[in-house]
Amino acid sequence: MYDIEISDLRKLIQLVKDKYDYDFKDYAMSSFKRRIKRIIELYKFDSVDALVEKLTHTPSFFEEFVSEVTVNVTEMFRDPSFWVVVRDEIIPNILSSHNKISIWHAGCSSGEEVFSMQILLEEMGIRDKSHTVATDIDTAIINRAKNASISQKNMELNTSNYERYQGKYVLDKYFSKNKDRYHFNQDILSNVSFRKHDLVKGQVFSKFDIVLCRNVMIYFNQTLQNSVLKTLHESLFKYGFLCIGSKESLIWCDISNKFSVINNEEKIYKKSRD
Amino acid sequence: MFSYSKLSNKYKAIVIGGSAGSFQPITQILSGLPESFPLPIFLCLHRLKHVRNGFVEALSIKSVKPVLEPHDKESIKRGNVYLAPANYHMSVELGNSISLSTEEMVNNSRPSIDITLESAAFSYKDKLIGILLSGANKDGALGMKRIKERGGLTLVQDPEECTIKTMPQAALESTEIDMSLSTKDIVKFLVELDRLYKVKHEKI
Repeated sequence: MYDIEISDLRKLIQLVKDKYDYDFKDYAMSSFKRRIKRIIELYKFDSVDALVEKLTHTPSFFEEFVSEVTVNVTEMFRDPSFWVVVRDEIIPNILSSHNKISIWHAGCSSGEEVFSMQILLEEMGIRDKSHTVATDIDTAIINRAKNASISQKNMELNTSNYERYQGKYVLDKYFSKNKDRYHFNQDILSNVSFRKHDLVKGQVFSKFDIVLCRNVMIYFNQTLQNSVLKTLHESLFKYGFLCIGSKESLIWCDISNKFSVINNEEKIYKKSRD
Repeated sequence: MFSYSKLSNKYKAIVIGGSAGSFQPITQILSGLPESFPLPIFLCLHRLKHVRNGFVEALSIKSVKPVLEPHDKESIKRGNVYLAPANYHMSVELGNSISLSTEEMVNNSRPSIDITLESAAFSYKDKLIGILLSGANKDGALGMKRIKERGGLTLVQDPEECTIKTMPQAALESTEIDMSLSTKDIVKFLVELDRLYKVKHEKI
């Protein structure tokens, strides 16, 4: 079976940078290679060169390419113990000194973490005090997040996570079912705005009390992780909270000294210095 | 069959995959390792997705070396044992670090053995030893093939000894596996390997 070499990937990355101004150079090579392999199999290209050829001559294919390169596997209430800490400690901490709460989901994918957070706020009775921005590099996936429809297959996991989180009700309450799709109640997304944003470009567009960027930076190498963390740091109010994935770490990062650890198990940090 | 001719001190890493029925052989391997064993070992064992805690501790009890669940981009250190964390794929990254990912499940698994094995084969090429233990699906067969293609050494737990032999059997069917060994002989192989590295050091 066909295997991809680094030189093939370099060629592809260069083309995408030159032609489309998207930079995948500092993506983690192991997963990037698998994504490209996946695209090649999915679209039945016979080599990376064939994919390069297609991208050279068919700009309309680029959006699909971005959708497939980025990883869009996510679940509601992933790591239920994390969401418990957000509910019982982080949000109360913010509300003890603020009337309003602003949230950024950086790399929101199909929106499962956004839905989880909105349910959390709704059940705390404070959703009207919140404003949320959810961003992703991939336009198609943002549209899917806005559309907020989940397959029956994925709902099983979401439901068992919600039960472990010990939500107030049953998860189904927030959905209407149509055949094998579950549609998330749009009213609960009324304080959320979805936008396109590329973390790699490093643009800071607002400041937030909480930034969630869980299992996004794992697709980047350390150089890019450092620069993205700088962006996230700048996007937080002083004493705001940064949440990353349970197996991500700030230890190796240049600006780790500007954060203090709030919960090491759940990887929640506080911006302690500007 | 155990063959001394396969021993060499060219190897830089070991990667082990296992699923149903692999807890006992992996424990036996980890408890039989010499304390001085110099190569990093990557373990990818199928495990419950939502149970983050307990597994690494259970493996550590009998292990000569501590078993670590790495963080993303953690650097690889000689002699360390790394276990793929729950609900993450674990890859060896070029540049001597570990990458984690939440990509789609592979062979119905996350962590997937194929992913760990393939990425390790890509990084270490012919300097890798792959070991596949008992299991009930075919995850790992493609990974073992990749290791072989890149010139690495492939071992499986003797299917006759396995609680469930589907996994090593699938590898044997897809690739010419170098050795099919009992767990006891896998341990013996690793002990001999360790001795070889010591000899090398003494000479220096």
